[in-house]
Amino acid sequence: MGARVRNSEKETAAKSGEKTAAEKGLLGRRALLQKALLSAGVAAAGASFAHADDDVGTNAPDWMKTPGRTFTPYGVPSKWQEKVQRTIANPPGRPGTGVSRTPLQRLEGTITPAGLHFERHHNGVPDIDPARHELLIHGMVKRPLAFSLDVLLRYPMETHIRFVECSGNSGGYNQAQPPQATSGEINGLLSGSEWTGVRLATLLNEAGVAPGAKWVIAEGADAAAMSRSIPLVKCMDDAVIALFQNGEAIRPEQGYPMRLLLPGFEGNMNVKWIRRLNVTDSVVDARDETSHYTELMPGGKARQFMFPMGAKSLILKPSFGMNLQGPGWYEVSGLAWSGAGRIAKVEVSKDAGKTWELAALTAPVLPKALTRFRLPWDWKGQPATLMSRATDETGDVQPTRAAWVAQFAVGQGYHFNGVQAWGIEADGTVKNVYA
Amino acid sequence: MSTHKLGVLFSALALCLLPAVCGAQSPNLGRALTPEEIQKADITVWPDGRGLPSGSGSVSAGAAVYAKNCEVCHGAKGAGKPQDQLTGGLGTLASPKPVKTAASYWPASTTLFDYVRRAMPIVSPQSLTNDEVYAVTAYILSIDGIVPQDAVMDAKSLPRVKMPNKDGFISWWPKPPR
Repeated sequence: MGARVRNSEKETAAKSGEKTAAEKGLLGRRALLQKALLSAGVAAAGASFAHADDDVGTNAPDWMKTPGRTFTPYGVPSKWQEKVQRTIANPPGRPGTGVSRTPLQRLEGTITPAGLHFERHHNGVPDIDPARHELLIHGMVKRPLAFSLDVLLRYPMETHIRFVECSGNSGGYNQAQPPQATSGEINGLLSGSEWTGVRLATLLNEAGVAPGAKWVIAEGADAAAMSRSIPLVKCMDDAVIALFQNGEAIRPEQGYPMRLLLPGFEGNMNVKWIRRLNVTDSVVDARDETSHYTELMPGGKARQFMFPMGAKSLILKPSFGMNLQGPGWYEVSGLAWSGAGRIAKVEVSKDAGKTWELAALTAPVLPKALTRFRLPWDWKGQPATLMSRATDETGDVQPTRAAWVAQFAVGQGYHFNGVQAWGIEADGTVKNVYA
Repeated sequence: MSTHKLGVLFSALALCLLPAVCGAQSPNLGRALTPEEIQKADITVWPDGRGLPSGSGSVSAGAAVYAKNCEVCHGAKGAGKPQDQLTGGLGTLASPKPVKTAASYWPASTTLFDYVRRAMPIVSPQSLTNDEVYAVTAYILSIDGIVPQDAVMDAKSLPRVKMPNKDGFISWWPKPPR
């Protein structure tokens, strides 16, 4: 999926330009209020109290001279931010399958708002009644068990900040020519959240895993019944049945009422709408671990079960679509992460990789989480090529794009973690380049 | 305290070390599942044939199932368009233009059955009978000659089908091979 990059920013902007009925209502009310205040002003002027240049009301912006809008039960972003939207890409005639990508270049920090978290659905978003949903644990266990949401809410909770990245993210970099699209459109199958839920090992221990078990087949309750083989060691390590994302119940797009969270492992394995965990001794060769999410190599053999996401980084400021506004001060900033642990360092090059400087990492630097890096830049107006290169705490370093591509057959785009480059032209235009 | 009483106390302590037995160690709020409940929920089919249901289907019956349910998305004889190509591409994986299809790429015949039964057709998943899933699996596999035209697929014959790319995958877990 990652290979499909579509520049639909304009479409998105056009769609979001339409105001909702609620917004229109608020605006109408606001206009009425303004009108009322204006007639009050006229009446005052009639009584010969004309505004002088230094009167408080003369110099204040409109929004300081009229009451603001009323409260809302659930807030939405400013209307000035209406272009900050996910970019949706579907196969023809299949609006329920495909992806939507996070607009990474329009966000800051490391936590993705839940409504902008990337999506990958295999047959739409199910509308699950939590009262009719259970997580089943069975197979090679002593006591097969079912857990409802109500029951799980009574368990000890854990909270972790983690990234989730689709294995197909940045797959556009397998193309012969660099995709000219925003970083979010290329790399936006990546999001970071604070996840809260129940440690899966707690539930598996209650079920009592039998000797000889090595794998757990996870299955979702969507209309694709998406299933994957997960190593038991991962399930007993840091896996979580996540119930909350960024403080609220997980959104339907992210697996409401519960999802499997496998920190650092490819997104597809973090099975949403999790309904069944079948403990077993071997892999199942599910469609999504054979047909998809496998990596064909030049000799015709394919890598299978490439689970952890490699060390990776992206420069988001500046990036495609965010041209520089003349020479002077800028902050180069972006995201780095690794499925193996913490980011140890991020180096930035401004000369296509000839020299590298250490970027500052914004604390906290957490394992298997997005880390923000920053580097000041006084741009003199000369052409430049910006690159970033992450190293994680295990010593894993991002390869060059060329070295990464050489490992695989033509068109293979899963698990791309090569170094990316933005070309800055003398007029400030930012282009995607292979360097 | 008598030796007998001490023994009881130690047994109780030992039990408490097992998380599922001692309430203080773990909430133990899960509902016990019955074998019948598990059987109804468990739709997983394994490469060795475990999980395959009763029933059977022939290539010819499968052609009719395919025409009715699959062709609109996957084209005549699985040639693809508008959705994924299911057939052809055999022998292309090592070429400069690899064509990955169910026939050329998937390592296990059971995956086709498992996936169709759980997820297809996309507009009405889990609407096919087990016989229909066996039949359409037989039909798709027959298009490239992976099974003969007179093949009948069932719980015994399906796992025995040797897929062209059976040995085409190398596990990268827990480590890449040397």
